[in-house]
Amino acid sequence: MKRVGPAVVLHLVLAVAAGVTLLPLLWMLSASLMPAGEATAFGHRLFPSTVTFEHYRALFTRLNLARDAANSALLAAAVTLISLVLNSMAGYAFAKFRFAGRDRIFRILLAALVIPGQVAMLPLFLMLRELGCINTYWGVIIPGMASIFGIFLIRQYALSIPDSLLDAARIDGAGEFRIYWSLVLPVCKPILVTLAIFTFMGTWNDFLWPLIVLTDSDMYTLPVALANLVGEHVQDTELMMAGSVLTVLPVVIVFMALQRYYIEGIMSGGVKE
Amino acid sequence: MTRPRINPAYGFLAPALAVIAVFFFVPVVASVLLSITDFDIYAVASLANLRFVGYGNYAHLLRDPLFWVALKNTAYFVFVAGPLSIAVSLTAAVLLSAKLVRFKAAFRTIFFLPVITTLVAVAVVWRYLYHLRFGLLNYGLSLVGIGPIDWLGDPAWAMPAIILLTVWKNFGFNMVIFIAGLQSIPDRLYEAASLDGASTLRQFWHVTLPMLAPTFAFVAIITLIGYFQLFAEPYVMTQGGPGQSTLSVALLMYQEGFRWWNMGYAAAVAFVLFAIILALTLVSLRLRAGAPVGTAEPQRGLAR
Repeated sequence: MKRVGPAVVLHLVLAVAAGVTLLPLLWMLSASLMPAGEATAFGHRLFPSTVTFEHYRALFTRLNLARDAANSALLAAAVTLISLVLNSMAGYAFAKFRFAGRDRIFRILLAALVIPGQVAMLPLFLMLRELGCINTYWGVIIPGMASIFGIFLIRQYALSIPDSLLDAARIDGAGEFRIYWSLVLPVCKPILVTLAIFTFMGTWNDFLWPLIVLTDSDMYTLPVALANLVGEHVQDTELMMAGSVLTVLPVVIVFMALQRYYIEGIMSGGVKE
Repeated sequence: MTRPRINPAYGFLAPALAVIAVFFFVPVVASVLLSITDFDIYAVASLANLRFVGYGNYAHLLRDPLFWVALKNTAYFVFVAGPLSIAVSLTAAVLLSAKLVRFKAAFRTIFFLPVITTLVAVAVVWRYLYHLRFGLLNYGLSLVGIGPIDWLGDPAWAMPAIILLTVWKNFGFNMVIFIAGLQSIPDRLYEAASLDGASTLRQFWHVTLPMLAPTFAFVAIITLIGYFQLFAEPYVMTQGGPGQSTLSVALLMYQEGFRWWNMGYAAAVAFVLFAIILALTLVSLRLRAGAPVGTAEPQRGLAR
């Protein structure tokens, strides 16, 4: 029984740390349900005196945040779907084909991961402006259609597909695209799910680029709308908390449902945020 | 086995590589060119107003006090928040990896939760937690007799406030990578150390830390690259204030480029940021080459 002491202390430390970690998120949720003014009232209330959904109602009716939520969902879904196809094709090619310059191209791509996105943003903005993509969905979708990290993740996974499997399909007369679509993609399903979660969350949470490209409040994504809202409604604590919950909740749900894929992906692949 | 004339690989590669080439590599190269022009609001209207200024933007930058303030703030942020968040991550990973601990998955999920939350949303939340009079943080401090701190209003406290938010938001990410690193350390090393009579602390110092060296290098590099791009936290919480105490290099670039349309100058700012990140990454890689590597790396790629 001499092990009990340290175990209790360890769990106590972890429980306190977990409480501190959760506190900001729980307070956000709690304050979003308080009547207006209660979160900043004297006495530092942790729980609402009466639960109200008036702030959520205000977000959807008065402040038109439903539109921004729809933009966020649409953009995250579109970027995820398109980039999943493009990245998986390229990752598969790097893993399973021999061609001139393969290793050199791959090394250049990996080295480019060091380049911060900000370096490309100014000319990219001017290019997309020439193409008429500013303040359109395409302005967000186009730069997200393929990613070096996504190609890398798929390639590492596809390396383990046996060549004999692919060759057998070729001998059976299957076309190359058929092989990719109905053989390679199903085999790669776990890593595709992982990459899909990364991409969806990354696009949903992204701020700087949508802030630059989307100029009209009807086109805003939730993070941009929220950053804008805090300028006008900084006094309305409960309203701002409701907006934050609305922004955070979808990614929290996706994470909770699929966290196994997410955390394993980080542990096995190494991840660029 | 016969192969088709045209390698099908090119067909599979073309779409993704075309996107990356046109919408990433071309802009990166164009950014070099942009940084040697005086591209401004007049050039946005008509390219006829564009002039080449050589290294003029870079010379201007070195004389711009605002740039030095931004660089100093960013360095302050990176070199305090970086080690702090890595230390918290490692502590959490070591505690969670202890054999005694139960409910590991639940703790791991809770510690990881802030990582996946939307940065803008939690920055808004923390703005209120930091409020001078109503904020929960000052209330907590008042219980232990510490007077109210004007977290976001006092130039001395604004950056520490952003660092605290950042550590809270990010430590779960590196924690997971450290857990993977800890799992890859063979048990027999600890068994051997125990047989030699090494205490838990000595085992941590002489087995765990050296074996984690490759993980450390990886974590340090991705943290460095990420933290140098500090933007949304000051944008949402302080707008770079008070008194420019939280103005970061990326925020300066955004303001110069997209608020004042000094795009040539902003491109020079972005390039200096890139140069610093690249130099520090190379230094980290060099340090790592000298570090003992005794275990299969749990994560590959980025650090290579």
